[in-house]
Amino acid sequence: MIEFRSVTKTYPDGTDAVADFSLVVPAHTTTVLVGSSGSGKTTLLRMINRMVEPTSGSIEIDGEPIAQRDPVRLRRSIGYVLQNGGLLPHHRVIDNVATVLRLEGTPKQEAREKAAEVLDVVGLDRSLAQRYPSQLSGGQQQRVGVARALAADPNILLMDEPFGAVDPIVRAELQAETLRLQQELHKTVVFVTHDIDEAFLLGDQVVILSTGAQVAQVGSPSEIIENPADDFVASFIGTERGARALRTKHTDHGTVLVDGAGRTQGRLVESSS
Amino acid sequence: MTWVVDNLDLIGRLTVEHLRQSALPILLGLLLSIPLGWLAFRFRLTRGLMLTVVGLLYTIPSLALFALLPPLLGISFLSEINLVIALTIYAVAIMTRFVADALASVEPHVRQAADAVGYGAWRRFWQVDLPLAGPVVLAGLRVTAVSTISLCTVGILIGIDNLGYLFTNGYQRQIVAEILAGVVAVVVIALVIDRLLVVLGRALMPWAGKGA
Ligand SMILES: Nc1ncnc2c1ncn2[C@@H]1O[C@H](COP(=O)(O)OP(=O)(O)OP(=O)(O)O)[C@@H](O)[C@H]1O
Ligand SMILES: [Mg+2]
Repeated sequence: MIEFRSVTKTYPDGTDAVADFSLVVPAHTTTVLVGSSGSGKTTLLRMINRMVEPTSGSIEIDGEPIAQRDPVRLRRSIGYVLQNGGLLPHHRVIDNVATVLRLEGTPKQEAREKAAEVLDVVGLDRSLAQRYPSQLSGGQQQRVGVARALAADPNILLMDEPFGAVDPIVRAELQAETLRLQQELHKTVVFVTHDIDEAFLLGDQVVILSTGAQVAQVGSPSEIIENPADDFVASFIGTERGARALRTKHTDHGTVLVDGAGRTQGRLVESSS
Repeated sequence: MTWVVDNLDLIGRLTVEHLRQSALPILLGLLLSIPLGWLAFRFRLTRGLMLTVVGLLYTIPSLALFALLPPLLGISFLSEINLVIALTIYAVAIMTRFVADALASVEPHVRQAADAVGYGAWRRFWQVDLPLAGPVVLAGLRVTAVSTISLCTVGILIGIDNLGYLFTNGYQRQIVAEILAGVVAVVVIALVIDRLLVVLGRALMPWAGKGA
């Protein structure tokens, strides 16, 4: 469990990136922070592994304040997936994945064997192990990034717009893969995105943020869609217009649902529960 | 031409001497410029200072340096160590700027990624920043090597024999072939060393320039 207690962050240039933010991130579930650009998502994520220090307030992992932990050791105990993969260009795929194990002192051979197993887990062919990151596609680089984050088997996984830079098809593939992995591994995942559909797809808990990391609403995807807290949330998730604003239309063949543009999106059937 | 054929022995011996005298300053220049270049890269305050100082060092005429070093360091004027120290100073002057630029050429997001996965500062410098700065450092090393090999010939003015001997001796004895042989030998070893550095760079940095 990760707990933010009245956390604020003001950067040295005076930018108030985070103003009084409190949140509980339950263990073994996925919490998605979603908000528009500049709302403070990356800042929040980086405070969890002490890449950024809060100006005030505290963050606890399993009840222990992280301010007392050694930052470098803390980072090794938390998996981090970055937007552009963040792979080390001068290390082969296998050594990129083995990075944290090596930093923790695992012998090279053992670390590489473990890394090869993790390549299997994220669905990367072992034949790619000897390549350099520049010899991979964007989607493959992202998988390597996920593999590196998982290699030392951390409890916590931080993902900062990990699929922001790949095309929609690969993105959907990686999202499905993330869901599958999470079903097996049950990590405590904090996932950052500005794509609300991605947030609803992956999140057990979704946190909608406005500027200054102000929490507009926290809840499960269903709770948020069924009962948006205010107009900001409603317009952000698109229940007014667009894909999520569905209306019923009665036809000769039964009732269907159409979106704002009048396109039929599905058929209305009675829930069995 | 006959002069060259008759004196292959001499040219060979001087070439070996020349290489030996150049190698140390090139190596020392590289080693010393790493901490200095880092200082210039890391702190704004030291950056201006370092770069101005090394810039000025490079403009000191070599003869003046030969005359200045002995009283400053208590070494003999007519000594190889005088030559080696002077050449090292020039090498450091060139390399420091290259190392500073090389470190600045490392992508900030890669550096941050290294921090994020748990590299400590010291380890990150040696295992991430410096290797990734490698291609630009190598470019600087090539300039330094060629420059040092060429500059080394002035050693003859303080009595140190190397390929520079062919210039002064050829001039005194009015043998044009001897002077030309000296020029060609210097150019050839400069080119050979340059090639070697490129090959070495490819071997040590197989990741550079791949894919993309
Ligand atoms: N190092 C920094 N120094 C000063 N201001 C910063 C720094 N990093 C971020 N900020 C500012 O803090 C605010 C929040 O930035 P942050 O990167 O956390 O937003 P974000 O929600 O991740 O945005 P994006 O979706 O664009 O990644 C922004 O106004 C940003 O300009
Ligand atoms: Mg961000």
